[in-house]
Amino acid sequence: MSELNLRELHNTEFPVPNDLQSNVAITSLSKIYNWSRRSSMWPLLFGLACCAIEMIATAASRYDLSRFGMEVLRGSPRQSDLMIVSGTVTKKMVVPIVRLYNQMPEPKYVLAMGACASGGGPFKEGYNVVSGIDKYVPVDVYVPGCPPTPQALLFGLIALQKKIDGQSLANFDDVPWYGVGPSEAVPVPVLGPDIIDPRQMELIRRAAEAAVEGQPIGKREAPKRQEAAAPAKQAAVAKTADSADGEAVAADGDIDPKKARLMKKREEMLARKRAREAAKKAQG
Amino acid sequence: MAEGGFGYGLGILKGMGVTFKHFVNTYAADIGYLLNMYSDRPGSGTKFETRQGLKARGMYTVEYPDEKLAVPERFRFVPFLIVEDYDHEERPGHDWCTSCGICAKVCPPQCIWIVRGTNPETGRPKPEPEAFFIDIDICMNCGYCAEFCPFDAIKMDHDYELASYDRTTNHIFDKQKLSKEFRYWRTIAPTTAVEEMEARGGWEHTDVIKARKKAEKAGGKAAAKSKPKAAPKAEVKPAADAAPAAPAPVAEAPVPEDDPNIDPKKARLMKKRAEMLARKEARKKNK
Amino acid sequence: MVDQTADAPQEQVEHLTDSEATVRYLTEKFPDVVKADEREGFEGVVIDRDHLLEVAQVIRDELGYDYLSSATAVDYLGISDHLEMVYHAYRTTGGSALNFKAQTPRENAELPSLIDVWPGVDFQEREAWDLFGIRFDGHPNLKRILMWEGFHGHPMRKDWHEAYYEQDTKPYDSRWPGGDVLRTEELNVFGKNVSYPADIDLSRLNDESEDALYSGLGLGVDIQELDEGSELKTDRLVVNLGPHHPSTHGVFRMIVTLNGETVETLEPVMGYLHRNHEKIGERNTFLHNMPFTDRLDYICSMSNNHGYALAVEQLLSRGARYQPPTYRAEVIRVLMVELTRIVNHYWAIGFLLNDLGAFFTPALYLIAEREKILDFFEATAGSRMMCNYMRFGGVFKDIPERIHSVANLMNDQVRDFNTMQYLDELINERIPRSIEELDQYLTENEIIKARTQGVGYLPPEMAVAYSAAGPLLRASGVPYDVRRADPYSIYDELDFDVAVRYNGDIYDRYLLRIDEMRESARILQQILPRLERTMGEPIFAGNKQHTPRVPVGEAYGRVENPKGELGYYVVSEGDEKGPQNPWRYHVRAPSFINLTVLGQMCKGHKVADVVAILGSIDIVLGETDR
Repeated sequence: MSELNLRELHNTEFPVPNDLQSNVAITSLSKIYNWSRRSSMWPLLFGLACCAIEMIATAASRYDLSRFGMEVLRGSPRQSDLMIVSGTVTKKMVVPIVRLYNQMPEPKYVLAMGACASGGGPFKEGYNVVSGIDKYVPVDVYVPGCPPTPQALLFGLIALQKKIDGQSLANFDDVPWYGVGPSEAVPVPVLGPDIIDPRQMELIRRAAEAAVEGQPIGKREAPKRQEAAAPAKQAAVAKTADSADGEAVAADGDIDPKKARLMKKREEMLARKRAREAAKKAQG
Repeated sequence: MAEGGFGYGLGILKGMGVTFKHFVNTYAADIGYLLNMYSDRPGSGTKFETRQGLKARGMYTVEYPDEKLAVPERFRFVPFLIVEDYDHEERPGHDWCTSCGICAKVCPPQCIWIVRGTNPETGRPKPEPEAFFIDIDICMNCGYCAEFCPFDAIKMDHDYELASYDRTTNHIFDKQKLSKEFRYWRTIAPTTAVEEMEARGGWEHTDVIKARKKAEKAGGKAAAKSKPKAAPKAEVKPAADAAPAAPAPVAEAPVPEDDPNIDPKKARLMKKRAEMLARKEARKKNK
Repeated sequence: MVDQTADAPQEQVEHLTDSEATVRYLTEKFPDVVKADEREGFEGVVIDRDHLLEVAQVIRDELGYDYLSSATAVDYLGISDHLEMVYHAYRTTGGSALNFKAQTPRENAELPSLIDVWPGVDFQEREAWDLFGIRFDGHPNLKRILMWEGFHGHPMRKDWHEAYYEQDTKPYDSRWPGGDVLRTEELNVFGKNVSYPADIDLSRLNDESEDALYSGLGLGVDIQELDEGSELKTDRLVVNLGPHHPSTHGVFRMIVTLNGETVETLEPVMGYLHRNHEKIGERNTFLHNMPFTDRLDYICSMSNNHGYALAVEQLLSRGARYQPPTYRAEVIRVLMVELTRIVNHYWAIGFLLNDLGAFFTPALYLIAEREKILDFFEATAGSRMMCNYMRFGGVFKDIPERIHSVANLMNDQVRDFNTMQYLDELINERIPRSIEELDQYLTENEIIKARTQGVGYLPPEMAVAYSAAGPLLRASGVPYDVRRADPYSIYDELDFDVAVRYNGDIYDRYLLRIDEMRESARILQQILPRLERTMGEPIFAGNKQHTPRVPVGEAYGRVENPKGELGYYVVSEGDEKGPQNPWRYHVRAPSFINLTVLGQMCKGHKVADVVAILGSIDIVLGETDR
């Protein structure tokens, strides 16, 4: 990590003679772009709870984040690339977190550190606890553990680097910020009687209309117990479990028209790209 | 209270002396190591041990992906289930768990779900779980499940490298993902495994030991009239296995020593590493 | 000590303990107003709520209980159907607690505020209002403190159910033997941890919670009013520090009104890490709570464990088959707790220096020292931070023979030390050396002196009145340390001094922490031979039970946590056979209560000093917000 290794950058499509390999590198734009970006990830100096202590321990001399170019913990979201959500996210705190996320310049990444940030953790049942930050902002890497040890966090950060390595400038399907035009901000949740996600406004309205007097809305009956075997159950979990995106799709009645348009555009782009590639293949 | 005047700044200088000492110490030790820097790499850990121990005066970094701080035996991360070794003669891959449900009860955040096994013929519960789930997004790694399990069937794992890109599909561990061979537990916690073995009275599962003792009693009475069902074969194995284990002073038990010239510690390590590599490969392939 | 308060025989007057005598005195002085608490397992007095203020004055002035340690509410729904406010008061000269209570009906719950008698009750009353809905008559600033203004309901009431409510108590029936795995989100219409009242008004959804915070700050003041003498016209400026701020030690927020650079008022805003410790704690079984206490003050998990174990052991000791922890268990507990104190002070001093602008170098040195202790914790308890080490009646496991790591992953580097040798070297060499080095490194530094001396002064009377605890209290010249004032464990046989400093500023708090580390090292040096002597003795008394039945009653276990007095108020009620789950589980968090006086300490200082003053209190948000 510490030294510049030109071999890391080689694009396999263009062979370089052996004796030149340490002097010359032929690479693709994506690759060099990703390489330089993942080698200088600046995390947001941002601790929430117990995991933050392990995060600080990771940044300290024994584990030393600077070996990954990540030692520059920025206090301001506007100077950082990576948000390490280190600890329990409460309903009260998720409002500033979403604001901070929106203020980060793209490309930006989120790493959910520990059980709490990933899915609520041991405090999940608490009335003020958000069941995973991915209910509000998209998460790139989850690091399980309570708390993850510094080495587990480092493993997560390396996983993130690998993810970045796999991203391509040409394909803005998985990296929205390479696309045209500004991306949308995540709507900031509102602290009402309970926390309100503006994306679910319509859903809440409908539920409130159907609500029984005096009965709080939110709870629903347990889904019918499936008599299927374990793998089927797992699949069911996967299907119903909801990340921020999944939810938007699930409640398709209230998809934002702007988003729909964007998605359509993206699909068209992809189709065109595929056609082009097919044509190329046919020619070759 | 030195406001200007003579002596102002001495305190700062003294402090800087400490900083300087730290700086020098970090490199001074390295110079001393320079000579045998390559001789003890990789593995035997002497240099590493000193650097990460109490003798170290400077600041030393664990170069994480290249060298890792091995975790101590009692280290606890997400739990796993012990199953019989896959090459076990009697019951390969058999669960140690009897689905008694104590782990699910003592789990503080209630992240364990167990489906109790039923015998399809009789419809009565059988001592095996049908399904076993742990939601690692809830698990707080407290270790109660392992501590209170009466069958030593659930243990805390040492593998902390679990980061993933998606939690919806793979953060609820099912039985298949949780199950690990008993051999693995003996590798990661040699001392504890021996302690537990002594408490149980043998290397096998409590039920097997009990059955064997029962059989021995019955056998004593009825001589060799009727052979007990499961016991005799189980008896053969421990005889071979427990022989080195019983007198050995902990930790050494499961080590096969092929070549006397090779340092046993090193041999063990190398073997483990080879196993690890194989497992890693297998995992990669699965992905 | 005070167990038999209720049925103390009449003729034994001269043998009455301190608290018993107090109860006698109070019941005789106010015959109709004050009654001894006669419920089984309860102690202290119940005071009629209309006369609470009057009796409280007497308790403080005549009886000398000048320090109000804890105030919390309990909801006895289904038992006696009232809300009860429980206060624990102490004398700063030492001795055990006076426990007094006041009851109010659940509907329109109201009690007089004791803020004029003990100003330290401020935040605790706000908490009781927030979580239990008890209105405190005479409280000047009765706002929600942990939840936000506008939240529906008072969540700690027994009939208030959270969105993910499953059952009143654990273990939940759905886990076994049916075990149908389910993420709780799936049981919610919104896929989130939310539930709204049926009459939710979606038309007016601006965030009310913020407006309430700024009320009473005197904003929008006429500009001329402020500066009379000079030609310059200024206005007060409101600055929000936090909840995302590098120097607030977590997600803490302060609303500061400034006149130029000078602080006029400061209001702490918290609850950003309120993770419902107590609500979850009441669902949990007694044992379940132990690992949750780790996550209170997540730097000192061992001390948290200790306090909770003491509280529950107090309850258990009323049972017939109770066996107290063995001597070796006590020795190991003290070993762990004192190592934790050193860990905490390393951390506190390191980050105090960060706040002063010495960005990271001192902290790095101290974190490196801390790692050495964490290695021992990891080898013994299994985790670096979340030790979950103590049990009711002992500890989890004896310290291992060797600190031994095993290669499991690729490139693992193995270490192997003899534990006693490791401890010996750690305690006799490493820790004393690092303390001396720290002293040499920072104490004489002129910049540190200039930044800290005379800043954040807290007079002793104020420290006591505001229920400040720990280093904050002792640096103001009040030598109050629970380990000496009300000894627990084996502290009474150990030789150590209560560190005390007299100037009450940041510098003295820093010096006091160094003194305390030295004392801790001294204690540890006495622990080592005891540890060797008791080698091989049992570390657990009796049988380890996973769901012990705890005798009915109340208990207040308190320990001297590195941050101050940590108390656990545990009530066991609701089941005649002996409940498995606490009816009430309250944490008297030093970080939380120490913040009460923050506003007073910062007044008149520059804004840059605010973070330093906060750093010198040494808070941890996990404990503040719980």
